[in-house]
Amino acid sequence: MTLIDLANPTKFLSLTARVLPWLTGATAIFLLVGFYQAAMAPDDYQQGATAKIMFVHVPNAWLAMFVWGVMSVAALGTLVWRHPLADVAAKAATPIGAAFTFLALVTGSLWGRPMWGTYWEWDARMTSVLILFLMYLGLMALWRAVDDPSRAARAAAVLTLVGALNLPIIKFSVDWWNTLHQPAAVLRMGGTSLDKAFLIPLLVMAVGFSLLFVTLHLAAMRNEILRRRVRSLQMMQASQQAA
Amino acid sequence: MTALAALIRRDIRIAVRVGGGALIGVLFFLTVTVLMPFAIGPDLALLTRLGPAILWFGALLASLLTLDRLFTADHEDGSLDLIVMGRAPLELACAAKALAHWLAAGLPLIVATPVLGLLLNLDATATAAVALTLLVGTPALTFTGMIGAALAVTLHRGGLLLAVLVLPLSIPVLIFGVAASQAAITGPLSFGTPFSILCALSLVSLVVGPFAAAASLRHGLD
Amino acid sequence: MRLSGRQIDCIRGGRGVFSGLDFETSSGEVLAVVGPNGSGKTSLLRLIAGLLVPAGGSIDLEGGEAELTLPEQSHYLGHRDALKPALSVHENLAFWRDFLGGKIGELSQCLSAVGLGHATHLPAAYLSAGQRRRLSIARLLVVRRPVWLLDEPTSALDTAGQDLFVGVMREHLASGGIIIAATHTPLGIGARELRMGGAT
Repeated sequence: MTLIDLANPTKFLSLTARVLPWLTGATAIFLLVGFYQAAMAPDDYQQGATAKIMFVHVPNAWLAMFVWGVMSVAALGTLVWRHPLADVAAKAATPIGAAFTFLALVTGSLWGRPMWGTYWEWDARMTSVLILFLMYLGLMALWRAVDDPSRAARAAAVLTLVGALNLPIIKFSVDWWNTLHQPAAVLRMGGTSLDKAFLIPLLVMAVGFSLLFVTLHLAAMRNEILRRRVRSLQMMQASQQAA
Repeated sequence: MTALAALIRRDIRIAVRVGGGALIGVLFFLTVTVLMPFAIGPDLALLTRLGPAILWFGALLASLLTLDRLFTADHEDGSLDLIVMGRAPLELACAAKALAHWLAAGLPLIVATPVLGLLLNLDATATAAVALTLLVGTPALTFTGMIGAALAVTLHRGGLLLAVLVLPLSIPVLIFGVAASQAAITGPLSFGTPFSILCALSLVSLVVGPFAAAASLRHGLD
Repeated sequence: MRLSGRQIDCIRGGRGVFSGLDFETSSGEVLAVVGPNGSGKTSLLRLIAGLLVPAGGSIDLEGGEAELTLPEQSHYLGHRDALKPALSVHENLAFWRDFLGGKIGELSQCLSAVGLGHATHLPAAYLSAGQRRRLSIARLLVVRRPVWLLDEPTSALDTAGQDLFVGVMREHLASGGIIIAATHTPLGIGARELRMGGAT
């Protein structure tokens, strides 16, 4: 399986049709095992059972960034290599990435509620994730605003790459802004060293959520390819002369 | 009136479809509100105090920016000519367009308010007060903004000119909107007084806006 | 029905486009407005449609419905098609039927009549320029208006479309309608000419 083989949408469709059931199964197994292990893991000696939100929160936060990375590669695929499926991949990934980011934010603020006493604290990490979420939404709005996918693809690719360059700068600025105003008042999440009892379920969950992403992403790409086929069929139909 | 109902239905339908962009206003509202703490600082007590003002300001800018296309889109594709010629009075057609715009772009802002209230550390009462004042006040913003949107069509300029024309008109709404929400949160004024004035402002704009917009459209088309 | 204009002056952007223009037409007649670019053909149509205010003179419709103004009894087919690309062909036409009121024809019949029967559910964004023009013409069919004001109606239409449009116009004239059309090319239908420009 090479990228060249995948370039043909028809081959991609038939290949993913065979792969998807297996991926779905693997995702379900990993997530089930992960949730079971997370439930069985001992309570944190400081935070009690609330710390278990970590098992959902951390993989989601990790994926929030990872998906932007996937989109950046896809953006390069659109702009540099002109891979025919690159913009399909980028478009399909955007809402999924936004969803993971949203889950990271929600689980983070649920975790923060007992820690900080409020659902939201302008903590540097949370704030950076919030900005990432806004950038995902902006990208989704861009995809939606332009009807012609190939035109939207270039704009979205440029924006994705600019975002990829900008995100570290934003992260740095937010850190600086936050420490400037709040010298180390916030409880930092997670210790420096994690116990094995936490680490293994966390890794299983991370694999599970990553598989979930791959599954959803492939399914969304299939939908996008089919949607574009419907669109071109409709355009063909429109150009037909009435009998 | 089937004509006006059809106009409202059409405008909402366009707003929620591809390229319509009613939700971009909400995204703008969200972004502006999130940016504010970076200028003010992450001090939750301070943000709580400024929260209603920040939310009102964000909603004001969001509803203004989305108004830009209210008549321009119809003008560009020629629909506005036919709407002017139609048998439905132009004032009512303008009101219908503004109502559709408010339903598609204004109402989502109010739905988004509780989420933003969370970010600004507003408690349930404060969030409810802001949402209620926005619910009553944003129609006034839409209906006065519509005058600017109509002028922008006839002057062939949009964007910044519209903002410059409309922003001063929205000062009273801003004053009483924020005053009412602050009154509900901290007192000492009663909530009722500024809230009633806000309602009155909205009702006045519901009447004045369509007439002014229709007048400027009628004399300004070419 | 008789539509007449007397001593009409038109000023746009501070420039006198034409002055002292007289015209007259009545039921079952086509008035073809011809003349070079910039002679005020479009301006005249927009004056009749009530979209411009004349600087002087008057336009009257005799024999129409008394309680309605002339623009309210007119169809205006301008350069721009008044279509929304985000809406389907059917939705576009249904909107104008509901907004303009007074339906005479079934939507699907009108769409078939202009050769768009195969595309009713498709977004108007997918239509070509000629198809967009056909959809605008369907608007004339779906709502009854005695006066038709047409600005270059056959531009963008292919020969089949032009033939179709001639048929549409004939039917309108037969039912006692009035057509005023600004045009560069022959309409393919017997018409009185109103020559603009030069003679001001």
